[in-house]
Amino acid sequence: MSQTILFTIGSITILGFLAAAILYFIASKFKVYEDPKIDEVENALPSTNCGGCGHPGCRAFAEACVKADDLSDLHCPVGGNETMQNVADLLGMEVEERDPYVAVVLCSGSFEHRKKANVYDGTPNCTVAHGLYGGDTDCQYGCLGFGECVDACDFEAMYMDEKTGLPVVIQDKCTACNACVTACPRDIMELRPKGKRDRRIFVSCINQDKGGAAKKACEVACTGCSKCESECKYDAITIENYLAYIDGEKCKLCRKCAPVCKSNSILEINFPPRKERPEKKDRIKKERPARAVKPIATETATLEKEAGVDVVEMVKKAKDNNSKEENSEDKA
Amino acid sequence: MGGVHPAENKFTVDKPIEKLEAPSQVSIPISQHIGAPAKPVVEQRQKVKIGQIIASSSGFVSANIHATIAGTIAKFDKVMDSTGYKRDAIIIKAGKEEQEWEESIDLSDDLVKEVSLSREEIIKKIAAAGIVGMGGATFPSHVKLSVPKGKKAEYLILNGVECEPYLTADHRLMLEKGPEIIVGARILMKALDVDKAIIGIENNKPDAIEKIAELINGENGMMVQPLKVQYPQGGEKQLIKAAINREVPSGGLPIDVGVVVHNVGTAFAVYEAIQKNKPLLERVVTITGKDVKNPSNFLVRIGTPVNNLIEAAGGIPENTGKVISGGPMMGKALNSVDIPVAKGTSGILLIPNEEAKRGKMKVCIRCSKCVDVCPMGLEPYLLMTLTQKELFDRVEEDKALDCIECGSCSFTCPSDRPLLDYIRLGKKTVASLIRERNN
Repeated sequence: MSQTILFTIGSITILGFLAAAILYFIASKFKVYEDPKIDEVENALPSTNCGGCGHPGCRAFAEACVKADDLSDLHCPVGGNETMQNVADLLGMEVEERDPYVAVVLCSGSFEHRKKANVYDGTPNCTVAHGLYGGDTDCQYGCLGFGECVDACDFEAMYMDEKTGLPVVIQDKCTACNACVTACPRDIMELRPKGKRDRRIFVSCINQDKGGAAKKACEVACTGCSKCESECKYDAITIENYLAYIDGEKCKLCRKCAPVCKSNSILEINFPPRKERPEKKDRIKKERPARAVKPIATETATLEKEAGVDVVEMVKKAKDNNSKEENSEDKA
Repeated sequence: MGGVHPAENKFTVDKPIEKLEAPSQVSIPISQHIGAPAKPVVEQRQKVKIGQIIASSSGFVSANIHATIAGTIAKFDKVMDSTGYKRDAIIIKAGKEEQEWEESIDLSDDLVKEVSLSREEIIKKIAAAGIVGMGGATFPSHVKLSVPKGKKAEYLILNGVECEPYLTADHRLMLEKGPEIIVGARILMKALDVDKAIIGIENNKPDAIEKIAELINGENGMMVQPLKVQYPQGGEKQLIKAAINREVPSGGLPIDVGVVVHNVGTAFAVYEAIQKNKPLLERVVTITGKDVKNPSNFLVRIGTPVNNLIEAAGGIPENTGKVISGGPMMGKALNSVDIPVAKGTSGILLIPNEEAKRGKMKVCIRCSKCVDVCPMGLEPYLLMTLTQKELFDRVEEDKALDCIECGSCSFTCPSDRPLLDYIRLGKKTVASLIRERNN
């Protein structure tokens, strides 16, 4: 009896060693060499696997970094300059600082500005609705409002504003990973330079209809009147298909374009409210006030509160503030 | 395989085709067919006659467009069409010379039986007349008639099934223009070089079956095939299976099994183009609905606003929830009544509120009814889930591209799930992925 047990234990042990030897032999013979730097670089990356860099995940990006001769074409938008500096240090290479980008919504057609023309009772999904027809307003370019961009965002940097029916980007959480841009079937999302002191100016409209038709469909649609184009000194504005576009790289944030826009399609983000200059008072009075958007707060809580404020009220407040300041100046 | 039995509601069976008065203004979209949009060949303020070409086909898969009223080209503009988007169209305003037709067009009602043209000439003339599939798919007919090298057509099947509920345009056409359709079929047979033609008609149209059978009595190689009543019996692949028991392989075309299918409406248009020199200018449109005062079959000039038809049928009922272009199963809800009638508009339905609403989507209870009814043998519930989860390689493996978008799955689903919406989305994505892969 005991002999059988001993025999079993003995044979299994021998088999075990034999298998170990074979495995060791195979493992050393067919070893795939992997640069240990890949692991190091991967650890330095944010591990979000969002694909914002254009590679299928952080590991693939790390491999590309290790393989590359210089890092000029590679950038992790989520980690930003800091992460890329770490990667460069690990690999002993140089890296240039890049301006951070942020996603913006190129549609301002809120419920108030864009009247409903019909009722959609189909599947509440942007791509499905986009495939079926132009949408429940007369603007066939604008936001459909089912929030596919919000669903696509891995960083909780977007939400749908129930009052306007439009998505909102929380700039401090946005990593410019491009997920919302690819998710939107209408190309309403765009990545733009975050800008100096987070300030940026852009045309928040993609309606390519002729002026009259665009205006009929939406109060804040760009009509392509080209007033902003002639105002811009830096050639940053181009008009194509009755639509103005401001090149974020060329724009010097001079704010000259926004006040001449009759339909208020140009958004100014994070700028202080405009002050009217006393000597040019008359001229400015004739023009409509720009649709100044309040500086986006750092904390989400306050931001969400403010997002509900409608634009007209905002402009009014800004105006009131201006006039108050003026009054106090007059008195002084 | 598969199929459903929606209520037929064919209210306009006994209504003869009436000529609707030509409107004072037509907007003719330059893309009324599958394929490349036509290229305008007229200029603003130019005078045009009825039947004059105003936009010419811009490729092999494309079709000519003709003026449907006489007058002046008012403008080129973007006009909402049945796709739900504003797209390029040519707008013609009628002048005083309202009745001025292109000289070559024979306007008499005499039946011309002799087919004098050769094969190539027929195909060329059909292409020139801008004829597309009149069943609703609007695929240019001359492309279907140009059989690719190495393939041989054996059968011409004429589709007179009209399995969509409500619609009676083809039914009325068969009753009233039977002889013309038969000559049209002869022309198509000559173009395809086949000696056998089958006209498939559903059993719910006994008068049409009788009439056509009587007309082809004595004609060589033609026969009428009465078919079981079920939706989608008129789908090209379903019709071939039912008529001659051949199955079109997955991803293949009817020509792969030696068949070319044309709608009876197309056969009539072909007759008019070849024998009367009349391009595709007008079509029969059924306007109907449960509460419509005067449901009718109208012969309408292409480019007529849908609103004119509604007015002629007694106005829009107050409780209308949806206006649908096409049949209730595959048609599209319109978002404006100013949309022009196009070459593929087979019907306008005014659906009352209580029937128009979609049910609230509930969870899938795995009853597999959608699998049972799918005429292509697909698994709609699975395709929907895979599309939602964005597993497009599996959507492709599970043959989403074979879906004919008949809507039987969504119709039958007890949980009101929008199966077809998602399958369509999956199909589109898979098709673009395949295109990317091939480039």
